[in-house]
Amino acid sequence: MSTPSTAATSRWRALTHHNLFWPVAVLVALLLVNVPFTPDFFAIRMTDGHLYGSLVSIVLFGSPLILVAVGMTLVIATGGIDLSVGAVVAITGALTCSYISDQADQNALSKVFLAMGIGLVAAVVCGLWNGFLVARMGIQPIIATLIIMVAGRGVAQLISDGQIITINSEPYKLIGGGYWLTLPFSIFVVAGVVAVTVALTRRTALGLLVESVGGNAEASRLVGIRSRRIKIMVYVFCALCAGIAGLMISSNTSAADGNNAGLWIELDAILAVVIGGTSLLGGRFSIGGTVVGALVIQTLTTTIYTIGVPTQTNLVFKAAVVIVVCLLQSPKFRAKVFGAKGPKGLRRAAAPAPATPDADAAPKMEVSR
Amino acid sequence: MSATTKTPTVPEARTTSRAAQLLGDRRLPVLVTAALFLAMYITGLSRYQNYGFGEPQVFLNLFIDNGYLLVAAVGATFVIMSGGIDLSVGSVIGFTTMFTAWLVERQGLPLLLVVPIALGVGAFGGFLMGYVIHNFEIQPFIVTLAGLFLFRGLCLVISKESISISDSTVSSMAQTRVSLGLGELSIGAIVALVVLAAAFYVLHYTRFGRRVYAIGGNEQSALLMGLPLGGTKIAVYTMSGFCSALAGLLFMLYIQSGDPLHAVGMELDAIAAVVIGGTLLTGGSGYVLGTLFGVLVLGLIKSIIQFEGTLSSWWTKIATGVLLCAFILIQRAMTARKQT
Repeated sequence: MSTPSTAATSRWRALTHHNLFWPVAVLVALLLVNVPFTPDFFAIRMTDGHLYGSLVSIVLFGSPLILVAVGMTLVIATGGIDLSVGAVVAITGALTCSYISDQADQNALSKVFLAMGIGLVAAVVCGLWNGFLVARMGIQPIIATLIIMVAGRGVAQLISDGQIITINSEPYKLIGGGYWLTLPFSIFVVAGVVAVTVALTRRTALGLLVESVGGNAEASRLVGIRSRRIKIMVYVFCALCAGIAGLMISSNTSAADGNNAGLWIELDAILAVVIGGTSLLGGRFSIGGTVVGALVIQTLTTTIYTIGVPTQTNLVFKAAVVIVVCLLQSPKFRAKVFGAKGPKGLRRAAAPAPATPDADAAPKMEVSR
Repeated sequence: MSATTKTPTVPEARTTSRAAQLLGDRRLPVLVTAALFLAMYITGLSRYQNYGFGEPQVFLNLFIDNGYLLVAAVGATFVIMSGGIDLSVGSVIGFTTMFTAWLVERQGLPLLLVVPIALGVGAFGGFLMGYVIHNFEIQPFIVTLAGLFLFRGLCLVISKESISISDSTVSSMAQTRVSLGLGELSIGAIVALVVLAAAFYVLHYTRFGRRVYAIGGNEQSALLMGLPLGGTKIAVYTMSGFCSALAGLLFMLYIQSGDPLHAVGMELDAIAAVVIGGTLLTGGSGYVLGTLFGVLVLGLIKSIIQFEGTLSSWWTKIATGVLLCAFILIQRAMTARKQT
């Protein structure tokens, strides 16, 4: 009698201690909240050969955030942070749209590809600059990336001459607002980027190297990992992701707005990473968690719209989510709140779970001292 | 004792690099900023002499137009000096303008009552953030980010539209000018200068100020020395919240309205002013007077762009970014290369 029940509890424990458990649980709970308000929330219907439905639009509108957050995950895994992604989104969009709007034929495929290339190269340059400041000059990431965060929007406005550039290009429209195989095209772009990232970080040693640099950059360098090069690489990758997100956002609206494109996206992206269970201290990351985290944020926004809460409370909800998630991740908070209630069960449960992102944060800090 | 009070002590490792020895002491960044301000001012004089740039009032206007930023930046200086960061500054400013406008206009409360309430709310917000940062060991960055969302959200909860203030006390206070002989200052500018003087005293001549330096220099050592780490940290964030609320009141006075989108991104201006003023972002080293120069430099960029007429507003952002970059690199050259 006792054996199967212990097996069941241990399986349950393994499940609840999986690093994706809580993010997924929050996501599912949020999705379910919608059902009483919109009974056909999970329904997906086919109109004009395109799939429509709340789930599809959550992924569609969340695509830029997922992209930016995936890039941010790797940066955070190296113990850094990239505040400049919003500005990079704006710069990429402004450059691409201003190039397309200058063309006589805005539908010419080669010109559109060239425009996208220009935008993405600019993003890569921003990433190289951030990486250079962080890895070569040894400046704190939050400060190094602050420079482009402040100046970048000015540059974007400079490119677009302070105007909102509107374009009318069918091929370009596809990336952010088009459909392919009945699904929004941006979903395929996101899926591609996520797949490539996962393959590179989990099928090769790259992910391990990134985590090693985040754990202790100096020790990694001493064992022969080129930690500077890895750092520069993750900043470039992050900026590239932001650039693709910038293409998507400007393509979706067929316009580039230097002032508002990607505004606050860096904060949402960091939030997505944190919800996904990646510790801000670096040394460990979960791409899957980040994707779920970004979906949680987008679902939260959608839910606020659908249940009829005034949209202006959106930010208050987000603040509440940040606080709750951070408190739950804080070992000290858990010790104080849950530790007092049921010390036996929880302590025993917490001990054999080094896989949780915060459990390894403490020893890591000691090593770096 | 007075000698050490003037040159804040910093752990040796930070300053022993060859670059630091070459560049001299810690006061250099402040001097560089002051020199930059002077150079910019002289350039302005030579370019716009005929447009009245030389008037003393143009200089005093820097204080009138940037008083709120100075107050916010002073609060940010304390936080950064202690090794933390406060991202909620802009939101608290925006919230305070909205909150006071709402209380005065919609609820009909007298200004005399509204001011302490607003300051109290700001300080309490800062206290809460400091409490969470210290007690639950969550990074200041993420906690104040939550504060940013929360206060901006509360702005929007109060009202989506801006509330203009027609209260007679507010408008008469906003228009009051105090003559200084050469020119005049607004009440906001005077309050800002008083805050600056108070912060200067607290940071350089009180025990609390020493603790802030010590914690920013090396938290571990400060703790081992028996300094009250938690109390000081929480006090620093409370102070920053208070300063932000006060800055919000000054901003409200300056602009005479409450708007949910007031002061978006002003935390970055405040941080930029602190950095340009020569305070080390790693904490433990800097001067309040540097922050004053940082604010003045940012303000001067804006006035020069105004005088130039043809330059567009986005050049402010680009110039701020370039200056920020230059000063960060100077700071970096002055501190030891500790890690890759």
